[in-house]
Amino acid sequence: MSNVPVDNSRRRFLTAATTVVGGAGAVAVAVPFIASWNPSARAKSAGAPVEVDITKLELGQLIRVEWRGKPVWVVYRTPKMLEQLGQIGDKLLDPESTEEKQQPSYAKNMTRSSREEILVAVGICTHLGCSPTYISEGYEEIVEGVNSGFFCPCHGSKFDLAGRVFKGVPAGLNLQIPPYYYIDDTTILIGKDKEGAA
Amino acid sequence: MFKTIVDWIDARIPMTRVYNMHMAQYPAPKNMNFWYVFGFLATIVLVNQILTGVWLTMSYVPSAEGAFASVEYIMRDVEYGWVIRYMHSTGASAFFVVVYLHMFRGMMYGSYQKPRELLWLFGMFIYLALMAEAFMGYLLPWGQMSYWGAQVIISLFGAIPFVGDDLALWIRGDYVVSGATLNRFFALHVIALPLVIVILVFLHIVALHEVGSNNPDGVDVKRKKGTVSDEDKTKFEFHEYYTSKKDILDDVVPFFPHMVLKDLMAFGVFIFLFCYVMFFNPDFYGKFIEHPNFETANPLKTPEHVFPVWYFTPFYAILKAVPHKLMGVIAMFGAIILLALLPWIDRGKVRSVRYRCGLHKLNLWVFAISFIALGYFGGTPATSVSDILAPTFTVLYFAFFAALWIYSKNENTKPLPDRITK
Amino acid sequence: MKKLLYTFGLFVGLVSSTAFASSGGGLPYHADVDLTDKASLQRGAKLFMNYCSGCHQMQYQRYERTFNDLGIPVDVGLENLIFTKDTKVGSHIKNAMPEKASAKWFGATPPDLTLEARLRGPDWIYSYLKSFYVDPSRPFGVNNTVFKDVGMPHVLQELQGVPHKEEHFEEQLIDGELQRVSLGERIVVDGSGELSEGEYDRAALDITNFMVYVGEPMILERESLGWKALLYCFIFFVLAVLLKKEFWKDVK
Repeated sequence: MSNVPVDNSRRRFLTAATTVVGGAGAVAVAVPFIASWNPSARAKSAGAPVEVDITKLELGQLIRVEWRGKPVWVVYRTPKMLEQLGQIGDKLLDPESTEEKQQPSYAKNMTRSSREEILVAVGICTHLGCSPTYISEGYEEIVEGVNSGFFCPCHGSKFDLAGRVFKGVPAGLNLQIPPYYYIDDTTILIGKDKEGAA
Repeated sequence: MFKTIVDWIDARIPMTRVYNMHMAQYPAPKNMNFWYVFGFLATIVLVNQILTGVWLTMSYVPSAEGAFASVEYIMRDVEYGWVIRYMHSTGASAFFVVVYLHMFRGMMYGSYQKPRELLWLFGMFIYLALMAEAFMGYLLPWGQMSYWGAQVIISLFGAIPFVGDDLALWIRGDYVVSGATLNRFFALHVIALPLVIVILVFLHIVALHEVGSNNPDGVDVKRKKGTVSDEDKTKFEFHEYYTSKKDILDDVVPFFPHMVLKDLMAFGVFIFLFCYVMFFNPDFYGKFIEHPNFETANPLKTPEHVFPVWYFTPFYAILKAVPHKLMGVIAMFGAIILLALLPWIDRGKVRSVRYRCGLHKLNLWVFAISFIALGYFGGTPATSVSDILAPTFTVLYFAFFAALWIYSKNENTKPLPDRITK
Repeated sequence: MKKLLYTFGLFVGLVSSTAFASSGGGLPYHADVDLTDKASLQRGAKLFMNYCSGCHQMQYQRYERTFNDLGIPVDVGLENLIFTKDTKVGSHIKNAMPEKASAKWFGATPPDLTLEARLRGPDWIYSYLKSFYVDPSRPFGVNNTVFKDVGMPHVLQELQGVPHKEEHFEEQLIDGELQRVSLGERIVVDGSGELSEGEYDRAALDITNFMVYVGEPMILERESLGWKALLYCFIFFVLAVLLKKEFWKDVK
């Protein structure tokens, strides 16, 4: 005699119902355990948008600010630098910034910025997460015919001054442009889109 | 496909055999009543404590400076952190509720008697480890009650002659309870003691399955090989490990699914009560989470009343009832040791309270009432009433064991039924 | 089964009676807190930030969460409820008072009030706020009937007015003679406050309400989740009973 003797439909139904309800309960109990791994209020508070005052930023200078624990660069590009951005398209992997998730829509242009001369970019190489070096002059040694750009010391990825990646390097994406907007002429808020803007 | 996988595993570890031996083909007396669900529930709570405990360590900071704030961080900043913390704090008390009921079941039905002495001892070791686990865990929130409760309990070791003070100092690692104490308690609470408890629970279950479950009648459901007619033998299929040694009467059901379903019913009631406490009354009138613990530990200021958490209060009451420090400590530990010695104190041959003498019935209930009363007095400030009643119940607590030892020798028991009754 | 339920009931009864016996009574007022009353919580938050937060922190609670839970728009909160400099909306509710200096000024550092409502209970806070009275022997000129020899000034005096403790008597006929019998002490306000007595009670209740919220900001969420959990447990229990009965049919 088997230990599960009579097999009737009522028994099957009740077994199935209890299993389903029990399973649903187990899933519900799992929710808090999984959700607790999300960034906590502390992490979110520490990752809140950051204000940057660019009054003292000089032509050609780069400053770093921390946003969500990551370095964010703010670069004041010279007219010469801007001019070159338009001339090196054939050396770049994605000169038109077609990858949507790498920048907000207001930075999907040649300079990859909302105000032409100011670049705001997350200073983390899209290859394996090192922070590239800013080379304002003498970049010709790295890429022929380009005056300035970024060079990642870890695996040699190269980016131009709009954060666009050059062809033939390990990194496959342009540098990330964070959401940001100008609160006033000299203050940028990094980490947030302008309300109403996409 | 499924069978191929099972066969592949079975050729390498005895998965199916263990499942059959301990679940599907393990014989359980069919008259096991609701007193028999607390072992299952204790296992559930153990799993709950381990899971939620692991998750709490992810955000808890084990330092005197950071502990209190990190608990509030879990309660406020971590998504659903409060659910996990309340599951853990409610689970701690629930553990003792089910363990006390489980122990009392054993006392009622004589489950500690031969041949289950070792099973009972393993249970007592689990209980001791659980008390240590709970005590150390209670220090971790680093509130006022955590701190002063630990201070008082550790000071008890100071009562031991000659080495007492040095021992207390060694346990604390400082002149008072401090961050050093917190760190070592944390280490013991999150890894050492849980490991010990899990191993002991494993041994407890192995011992149980070797001797078989007792039942409310205390009558054996397995008989000597060859003494049971085929007609009286069980119609269920059981593992040959059991059937080859003994003849099994038609008084048993397989653990799975029959017993498990009974346990599942109890589990439904249990989680209902658990959820009520956790979601509507998480500090349970200041008993599960004592109100002074909402204030961060302050070594310079003792709260008005210092009590251990409710599950320690019966023993704490015994300690307070004895007007001598060392004797009080001896009485307190003696109260636990006597419980562990029950299999040898009880000299009776009949297990279940159903067939034992009237005096035993009375004795058992007086013991239960004394235990609860002591729990009450251990957790409330001393009054003129409690000054008389607490020592009285202390005496009654110990009298249980003395009386049992005396009357169980030549006890006037009722005739045992041949087979289990309904 | 019956026996078990009975035992369990006895057990729960005993535990909870112990619990009730130990929860201290003797407070003059009962606070009818209502955490769904957002307007009251907002007024409470405003009063707390204006009158209490200068000395007392709520260092485990964040402004942002408070604003969100209480339905206060973030920019309104930033402008009207945060008085410390350079404080972000995600910061904890802290003040700039140096701990050591404040211990000198008040005799002890003013305690953090995040968990005060859980430590002492809402009735205590409400009673405390209503129990200040003038006592020239104290350093701040006031004492409190709920918290004897309290070490802080009566910061709500401008709202309440100056409270005096007076003993009240009544003529009663005892053994055929008229005697003056004390009815105990009562606190009487001189009417110089900005608020009427009823309004002051309301304000004290609002503060209490707010502090209960801060003590356990997830209470409402906890209880609403609790109802769902209980419903689930009930359904599970019914199914378990049916299934158990079904399987145990075979067992005689």
